[in-house]
Amino acid sequence: MRVQESYPVDVDAIRADFPILQRKVGGDISTPGEHDDDDTPLVYLDNAATSHTPEQVVDAIVDYYHGYNSNVHRGIHHLSQEASVAYENAHDRVAEFIGASGGREEVVFTKNTTESMNLVAYAWGLDELGPGDSVVMTEMEHHASLVTWQQIAKKTGAEVRYIRVDDDGRLDMEHAKELIDDSTKMVSVVHVSNTLGTVNPVAELADMAHEVGAYAFVDGAQSVPTRPVDVEAIDADFFAFSGHKMCGPTGIGALYGKRDILDEMQPYLYGGEMIRSVTYEDSTWEDLPWKFEAGTPPIAQGVGFAAAVDYLDDIGMENVQAHEELLAEYAYDRLTEFDDIEIYGPPGDDRGGLVAFNLDSVHAHDLSSILNEQGVAIRAGDHCTQPLHDKLGVAASTRASFYIYNTREEIDALVDAIDTARELFA
Amino acid sequence: MGIGSDMYRQQIMDHYKNPRNHGRLESPTFTHTGENPSCGDTITMDVQLADDGETIERVAFSGDGCAISQASASMLTQRLPGTTLSELEAMDTDDITEMLGVDISPMRIKCAVLARQVAQDGAKIHDGEIEIEQTKTEDGDD
Ligand SMILES: Cc1ncc(COP(=O)(O)O)c(C=O)c1O
Repeated sequence: MRVQESYPVDVDAIRADFPILQRKVGGDISTPGEHDDDDTPLVYLDNAATSHTPEQVVDAIVDYYHGYNSNVHRGIHHLSQEASVAYENAHDRVAEFIGASGGREEVVFTKNTTESMNLVAYAWGLDELGPGDSVVMTEMEHHASLVTWQQIAKKTGAEVRYIRVDDDGRLDMEHAKELIDDSTKMVSVVHVSNTLGTVNPVAELADMAHEVGAYAFVDGAQSVPTRPVDVEAIDADFFAFSGHKMCGPTGIGALYGKRDILDEMQPYLYGGEMIRSVTYEDSTWEDLPWKFEAGTPPIAQGVGFAAAVDYLDDIGMENVQAHEELLAEYAYDRLTEFDDIEIYGPPGDDRGGLVAFNLDSVHAHDLSSILNEQGVAIRAGDHCTQPLHDKLGVAASTRASFYIYNTREEIDALVDAIDTARELFA
Repeated sequence: MGIGSDMYRQQIMDHYKNPRNHGRLESPTFTHTGENPSCGDTITMDVQLADDGETIERVAFSGDGCAISQASASMLTQRLPGTTLSELEAMDTDDITEMLGVDISPMRIKCAVLARQVAQDGAKIHDGEIEIEQTKTEDGDD
């Protein structure tokens, strides 16, 4: 056993909020929810895919369903009014969390980061892009933005460009300067790479975008959950993230947009809730953000999202970040003890809380299966960054990603489980 | 702890480390290649038929990928000789898991059945039933 220093967050208290962390795994998976035959303690290191949900958030959702479940903005009755207040306030709460001073008018609730990206691509991109225009992304873009802009570019005749990733997994900012030019209408960049762990200089990139009159869209799917984020300090025009990666429920995410820009944009989905007035001939739109939230929205999820933000704020995002960095560095150091492990991305003291790697001579899928047999949940594959993996020259990698409830012992368990795979394949 | 594993039993590891009939046949009746795009597994199967044009005489494979896909291909090259093309055609996923002798988790079934799929598609192309360049299994989103 190593000598263990303390953590920036109270890990024991946090773990107590997440009952799922106590469960065992390994039994029959065809009967979800029945765990009688599970016998292996769970080591959950797949937080970049989705985080777990603390009791406080589940309770907020239960309170909603037990206490004031109702459709919003429609009924004059009491329950509907309570639900509407809660759902609207949730927008303000999430806005406050990311430093959006415009409050609810600047935060649209969506299904997830992917939908936030598509919303802008369809509502803004289809109208505004055309031949001669360019959209600048990075080689480390998640498919959520890469595929979206690539396809919108195909539809509109615009060009997509990718800022090079250097050998250390960092953006080549000289290349960025070359690519972002007068043709550029959108610079869409990932804040924290979900594969390399790189923390990109998004404020600088936003400046570069603004200098040529382009918008800056930041994919914050991995940054908002793991560090303090201030969209106004970054000066992002758009910013997207998902509730399920930050202690919230699935089915909810957010699009931040500067008020003036959102105001100018046409809706992306049409229907109920988003209109002010409708005749057989024409319609007018609701105020922000409702203009972009057609149909019955994810009300319970919105309430849960706000509760998740409360939960994280109670811990303190500076502390969350410190914990992430501590674990990332620890994992990086432990994995670099082995010559047969290749880690992708920047050094341990300069990355977000995840480590993607490959073990020589063991395919990532074999490795993850063997880790799974030992209760260690990690992700194997291309993590929705297939072109980046092509560039790295590998079909797949194995990724361990950490959150507020993870410990050094769990990283030790990962390293031991890797050793089992190594022995098996020796 | 020991190095036991549910899926990676000795037989699988043995076939992975010492693949049988690995390489190419000199004069295959047909040859076909396939891949699992999401895992990067690739398999080429060479099949040589007997003079009756129906009975499989020899099979060889080459390729690259995870242990499950490669071991499955290796075992198949031993299993197929002596069977007919229609018997090959009738092989399903259960036959493969039975051949492997271990429970394959749902996420890994694609890897396990790739070699069979390649052999079956190769036979169909040979019979003129289908026209494809390469077998591609469904790409999982990961
Ligand atoms: C960097 C990044 N962008 C976008 C996404 C997409 O998030 P979601 O699947 O919640 O839309 C993810 C997560 O998978 C991600 O890591």
